[in-house]
Amino acid sequence: MSLATATRSELTKQFTTSIWWILALVLAVYVAFVAAGFGWALAAVATGSLPGSTGPALPVDTLPPVIYSVATSFGYVFPLLIGTLMVTSEFRHKTLTPSFLATPRRGTVLAGKVVVALAVGALYGVIGTIAAVGPGALVLAASDVPTLLGESDTWAMLARMVLSFALWALVGLGVGTVVRNQVVAIVLVLAFTQFIEPIARVAGAFVEGVEPIARLLPGAAGDALVGSSALSVAAASASEPLEWWVGGLVLLGYAVVFLVIGQFTTWRRDVD
Amino acid sequence: MPDGQVLEFSGLVKRFGPVTAVDRLTARVEPGLVTGFLGPNGAGKTTSLRMLLGLVRPTEGSATIGGRTYDKLDRPLQSVGAALEASSFHPGRTAANHLKVYADAGGVPRARVDEVLGLVGLSDVGGRKVGGYSLGMRQRLGLASALLGDPGVLVLDEPTNGLDPEGIRWMRGLLRTLAGEGRTVLISSHLLAEVQQTVDALLIIASGKLVFQGGIEDLAERSEHATIVDAPDRAALIAAIEAAGLEYAVLRNGLTVHRVEPVEVGAIAGAAGVVLSSLQRRGAGLEEIFLDLVNGVVVAPPADAAPTPPAVGSEPAPEPEPVPENEPVVETESVEGTTPSDASTSSATDSPAPEPEPEQVPEPVEGPSDRPEPAPSTAAFAVAATGVIDVVPPAGSDPAEEEQR
Repeated sequence: MSLATATRSELTKQFTTSIWWILALVLAVYVAFVAAGFGWALAAVATGSLPGSTGPALPVDTLPPVIYSVATSFGYVFPLLIGTLMVTSEFRHKTLTPSFLATPRRGTVLAGKVVVALAVGALYGVIGTIAAVGPGALVLAASDVPTLLGESDTWAMLARMVLSFALWALVGLGVGTVVRNQVVAIVLVLAFTQFIEPIARVAGAFVEGVEPIARLLPGAAGDALVGSSALSVAAASASEPLEWWVGGLVLLGYAVVFLVIGQFTTWRRDVD
Repeated sequence: MPDGQVLEFSGLVKRFGPVTAVDRLTARVEPGLVTGFLGPNGAGKTTSLRMLLGLVRPTEGSATIGGRTYDKLDRPLQSVGAALEASSFHPGRTAANHLKVYADAGGVPRARVDEVLGLVGLSDVGGRKVGGYSLGMRQRLGLASALLGDPGVLVLDEPTNGLDPEGIRWMRGLLRTLAGEGRTVLISSHLLAEVQQTVDALLIIASGKLVFQGGIEDLAERSEHATIVDAPDRAALIAAIEAAGLEYAVLRNGLTVHRVEPVEVGAIAGAAGVVLSSLQRRGAGLEEIFLDLVNGVVVAPPADAAPTPPAVGSEPAPEPEPVPENEPVVETESVEGTTPSDASTSSATDSPAPEPEPEQVPEPVEGPSDRPEPAPSTAAFAVAATGVIDVVPPAGSDPAEEEQR
C-alpha cells in the first residue's frame, strides 16, 4: 500500500501502546529537574549570591541558552530510544509479520517509520523544550537574571532543539534497523550516550588530535546543531564547534547511514 | 464477494544452509474448497506458507496467488488473509487497536474492526490488552486479522491450536462457510484428525517433499477393509491366517489383516479352534495412512544406513528443522517409524516380495497399494489399480534418488 497508509498505520502503532507517554513523562520530569537545578546553581554563581563562591562568574547573558539546552544535552537519549524501539519492538513481538503482510513492499513500511520517527521526535522536542524553558526561566527570573525569552536568537535555538530531537529519533530508528535485538539495542544506546561519548568528548577537550574526531561524534554534532550545551560549560572546547547546520547534517548522516545499512540487511531478511 | 484465487506452488525450494526445508514443492490449491496442508512438525509447512506470503524468499521456484506473487498484489489484505502464529501481537496493545494498526496499513475502513471482532466472538474483550489473552483468544484474534480485508484467500497456520473443542467446532463451521462462498481456504496442521472433518482436499508433505495431493476421499479409499485381531495363542492365529492365504501384519496389539472383514477372520479362527482375545474393524484409518505416507519418507534415510533415526546425519529429516514447533509429535513419529515392531510390520506386509526393505521403505505409496496384490506388482500398476492416488514426484524419481545416497 502507499506511503500514506503505511504512515497512518505507524502512527496508530506508536500511540496505541504506553511506551511513548512513559518515555515522554520521564523526559519531561528529568529535563525539568535538571533545568531547575542547573539554573539555580548557575544563576547563584553568576550573581555571586552563593556564599563562599570562588568559581569564575559566568557572564549573565550566557546562562539562558545553557539552561534551556539541557533539554537536548541531557534529554537526547529519549528520542533516540523511542526511535530504536519503533523497530526492535517489532522484532521482539514478531509484529513484522503482520506489518509486511499488510504492506508487502517493505521499503514503504520503513519510509512510514521515518515519517513517524521525525514526528514523534519533534513532539518529544516540544515536550523537552517546554520542560526545560518553563522551570529554567522561572529560576532565572527569581534570581534576577534575564531570561532572554524576548530575543529571536533564543527562539531560533529552541527551534533547533526541536529539530535536533526529530533527528535523534531518526538516528534511533536507524540503530534499531541495524541492531534488531531490543535488549542489545537499548544497552548499546545507553552505554554509548551515557558513557562512551561523554568520555570521548572530554578526552577531546584535553588531547590534541582527538578533537577533530570528537566533534563529529553524534552527541557533539547534536550540540553543535543546537549551538549550546551544558557540556561546553563543564569542559570548554579547545577548538571551534561545528556550524549549527553542519552539526545537523552530521546527525542526519548518521541516521541515513544506519537506515541504508538496515534497509539492505535486516529489512530484506526472511521474517519468521 | 471477493473471488477465491488459485494458489500455486511451483518447484518451490528453500534451503537454510545445508538444510533443505522445502524441496521442490509443486501443488495447486483450488478455490471453493478447504484444503488441508498436512505434515509432521518440521516438515516445511510454515516455511512454504511464509514463502507464499512473501515473508521468506524462496531459494528456487515460486509461489503465486492467482498467478501473482504476494508482493505484486495490489491490495494484499483484500486479496489474502493470513494468520501465521498465535504470538504476533504486541502484548500492551488492545485487540481492537491491533486490528486498527493493520486496517490502516491495508486501507481497510476502521469500522471493519468491530465487525471482525464480532465474527470471531471477541466483541466483549476487544478493548482488553492482548497480553492477557489466552491462546484460544489469540487464535481468534489472528483469524480476525486474516478476515480484516474480507479476502478471497485465507491462509491459516495451525488455526485450531489452543482452541477448546467448542472453538474447534466453531472454526470448522466458519471455514466451511468461507469455502462455501467460493473462497480459497488453506489450513495447515500436523494432525490429520484435527482437520479430517473440515477439509475437502489434502496436501501432505514430509521432510519438505509433497507425498500426497488429492481429495480426502482418495486417502480414505486406501484404508478400507482392515481387521485387527489378537489371540492369547498368537502363533496359532498366525498359522490359521497364513493357512487361509491372507495377508497380515504384526502389530503390538495384534495382527492387522488387510481387506478382510472381521466376520471372515473370526470364521477362520473359529474353524482353526483359535480363541480370540480381540476382533475389531479398524476405524477410519486415515491417521494410519497419513503416518504411513509421512513415515515412508521419514524412515527412508536409515534404509541404507543404521536403523536408528537420530544417528543419521546425511538427511535433513525432522530434527534440524528451523521452524520451532511442538517437538513431541515429531519424536514419537520418527521413533515409531523405526521401532522393531514396525519394521516387522513392513516386512510382514511385503512377505511375498523377496526384498521388503528397498521396496517398502523408499516408496511410501507403493507399499500400501501392494497389499491387495499378492503378485509382485509394479509401481505403475499399483497406482493405476487404486486409481486415485496422485503421487507427485512419481514412482521413478524417488527410489533412484535414494539409491544415489
